Amino acid sequence: MFDGIDLKKVMAATVAAFIVTGCGGGGDSGGGGDSGGAAAVENPVDAATAGNIAGSIAFEGDPPSPQTIDMDEEPVCADKHASTPMIEDVVVNEDGGLANVFVYVKEGLESLQFPTPRQPVTLDQNGCVYIPHVLGVMAGQDITIKNSDGLLHNINASPTENRGFNMSQPVNMESMRSFRFAEVMVPVRCDVHGWMTAYIGVVGHPFYAVSGSDGSFDLSTLPPGDYVIEAWHERYGTQTQNVTVVTGETATVTFTFSESMAGAVVPLGEAIDPHDHGSEAVRADQ
Amino acid sequence: MRLIEVINGPTACHLPPLGRSGIASRFGRRHAVGPKPVFGAAVLALFLLGAGAGGLAGQEDLGKVTYDRWCGGCHGVDGDGLGVAAEYMLPRPRDFTLALYQIRTTASGELPTDADIRHIIDVGMPNTTMPGWENLLSEAERDALVEYLKTFSRFFGRGDVPQAIDFGRATKVSEAVLTEGQEQYQAMECFKCHGDFGRGDGASASTLEDDGSFPIRAADLTENWKFNGGGSVEDIFRRLRTGLDGTPMPSYQDVVDAGVITEEQLWSLAHYVRSLAPEDAPGIDEVIRAELIQDAALPTTVDDPAWDAVGVSYIPLVGQIIVSPRWFDPRVDGLWVQAMHDGQELAMRIRWSDPSQSPDPDWAEWKALIIDLMAPKEGDPPEAGPTPDRLVVQFPKEIPTGLERPYFLMGDQRNPVYQWQWRSDQSGAVEAEARGLGTATALPSAEQAVTASAAFADGQWTLMLRRPITTESASDLDFTTGEAIPVAFFAWDGDNGESGTRAAISSWYFVFLEEPTSATVFIAPLAAFAITGSLGLLVVGRARKREQEGVVTEDEPPDEE
Repeated sequence: MFDGIDLKKVMAATVAAFIVTGCGGGGDSGGGGDSGGAAAVENPVDAATAGNIAGSIAFEGDPPSPQTIDMDEEPVCADKHASTPMIEDVVVNEDGGLANVFVYVKEGLESLQFPTPRQPVTLDQNGCVYIPHVLGVMAGQDITIKNSDGLLHNINASPTENRGFNMSQPVNMESMRSFRFAEVMVPVRCDVHGWMTAYIGVVGHPFYAVSGSDGSFDLSTLPPGDYVIEAWHERYGTQTQNVTVVTGETATVTFTFSESMAGAVVPLGEAIDPHDHGSEAVRADQ
Repeated sequence: MRLIEVINGPTACHLPPLGRSGIASRFGRRHAVGPKPVFGAAVLALFLLGAGAGGLAGQEDLGKVTYDRWCGGCHGVDGDGLGVAAEYMLPRPRDFTLALYQIRTTASGELPTDADIRHIIDVGMPNTTMPGWENLLSEAERDALVEYLKTFSRFFGRGDVPQAIDFGRATKVSEAVLTEGQEQYQAMECFKCHGDFGRGDGASASTLEDDGSFPIRAADLTENWKFNGGGSVEDIFRRLRTGLDGTPMPSYQDVVDAGVITEEQLWSLAHYVRSLAPEDAPGIDEVIRAELIQDAALPTTVDDPAWDAVGVSYIPLVGQIIVSPRWFDPRVDGLWVQAMHDGQELAMRIRWSDPSQSPDPDWAEWKALIIDLMAPKEGDPPEAGPTPDRLVVQFPKEIPTGLERPYFLMGDQRNPVYQWQWRSDQSGAVEAEARGLGTATALPSAEQAVTASAAFADGQWTLMLRRPITTESASDLDFTTGEAIPVAFFAWDGDNGESGTRAAISSWYFVFLEEPTSATVFIAPLAAFAITGSLGLLVVGRARKREQEGVVTEDEPPDEE
């Protein structure tokens, strides 16, 4: 998934950055900066010259029939759902809009630094499901992880660019976490309730969105320029499109997914060759 | 991909001097009795030694040379956990590239300290195929390994300095503390995975996966000598605080920070978890003593209180890796065996942890995963359809006169074995003869004399088998008292994909039926007493007589004749 070259460059740069600064550094995706420093950063975007992207995620063909969740073992949770709860991996509305797609600016913002929002985002566990199922956040931004069920959940985040965590929340409570580096996506699961999964998209700038139940999304107040926009779906992988943003205008973009893409692309980060500074030579020896 | 790993260790904390030597010696002792290390050693012997033939020491880095030679066979030369032997192991060897280490003194998600890594290299992971290397590699080699392991992950290159947690001191244990701990076990919902009595049979146990999406067992808390990271109350407390990264076991640090549970209560929980296991790890008893019951009837039920009065022997089991299809993931790793007889009948009670009463639909997916992972390269596919739990008690057909016993893997053509076979989907048990693994044939129904009753509760089977000591049948074994009679055991957990040769096995042990205290036993001492007494009286009497005579003789000069 990481095709070697880019990654190596990024890694080399990252390593160099660490050596120089001792902390912080950029991630490999999403461009933009990092959250490492506490130094206040001004929002570099001039609203007067900015433009917007309005997009939609379409699903082509018949979506797979949704899987129900058997919550018999947790009546407290089952009772919170008016109808049978469903796995949220593929949520398509009547008009063919695909929800829960993470969309973000993948390229085009590399030269800009953005302030980290002080306001945390919330990942709630309510009715033994994660709300929301897909969540965007800026690197370094706080995530409030909340248990609204009052029964045991564990929150097991397994990123590859960042350090993960696995914490217990056996009662109604809140914990705070953040991810230092951009990473699309960080999977989160509850081991107690195997059906509970969530995905957190961590990017280095504020231009990300999650498609709503109608498949629509907005990326607003972008500096004019050329961008690569990526759309990520947990089952159907990633797609990119080039979009040009012009001052005062709203560019439109549509991504189309279909069941034939299932499993075609590994949507999550993979382990990276640890010896990318010299692994070729090492391997050749063996 | 990645699995079981590492560390615990000498820390900058205020724990009692649990330093390396303390932990190591404790584990040294436990290793000696735990079956898994034996199994692990066997697996290593099978796969690793062959792989470790290379190694041009000298110009190359000591860490790399040592790693490639001793570690790469399982963990892969690139540290990705994909060594040649990896696919025979569950849990899989640790993938070092993500720097996720289970046993740490640092917070969940943090890197381990060097001492953490070194500690697990030294002592190993008891419930996996990872052995301790303390006595196999030099200090310099082990130190070099720590540095080399870190090169597999870029996370160690980021300048983060892992901080060991100050765990404080263990509280003192008391009845009140254990009660508090039990309440916290409920409140923290530990039972969700570990089960109400800690046997790893909680409602979520069948769905657990590690960070490589491999099925992983919830620890059986009644077997603390097999805990990765150590079985002391301090070790348990550390695992509660830090979690076991890469596994479903979360950290309870946030729960403490949020004031939901105090540190003291967390210590109480650790004490309670420790109390679920025996005070000492079981030693291996070569001989199961069948006590003689004289003034009471033999138990008729598996939970008859009479069983509480007789001793218990622990029989470790390992995977059957001799005959193909082999089995590298045995679920039943030990049996607690008791026996008694009344001179007429022999009764044996066997208990073992098993999270499910196979076939249990909740475990169907687990079973499919295990078979998919562990079976493909091992010959014939496993038995299709639902598979029960099974247990076999095996004896020779005749008590051997010399040292030679039948082949422990169910005998051979020349030297058959005699078995009691029990399975969870049928009532009773069957007597059979076997001449090699998979060849057992039931004795004629007229000769069936063994009876069985079994109960499953809270992740544990309790099975009682009874048979007359002697029978009319010529095909079975007539037991005798006062002799060490070879006995061996086989166990299958159907929901773990086990059937046929995919079994957990023991080597030969012995069962010894205490001698009946026959009438002669009572008469002999009386007779001896009587004889001694009469002899004594005789001697005394004669002495007296002679004395009297002597006195006469001496006092009175003999008459002149």
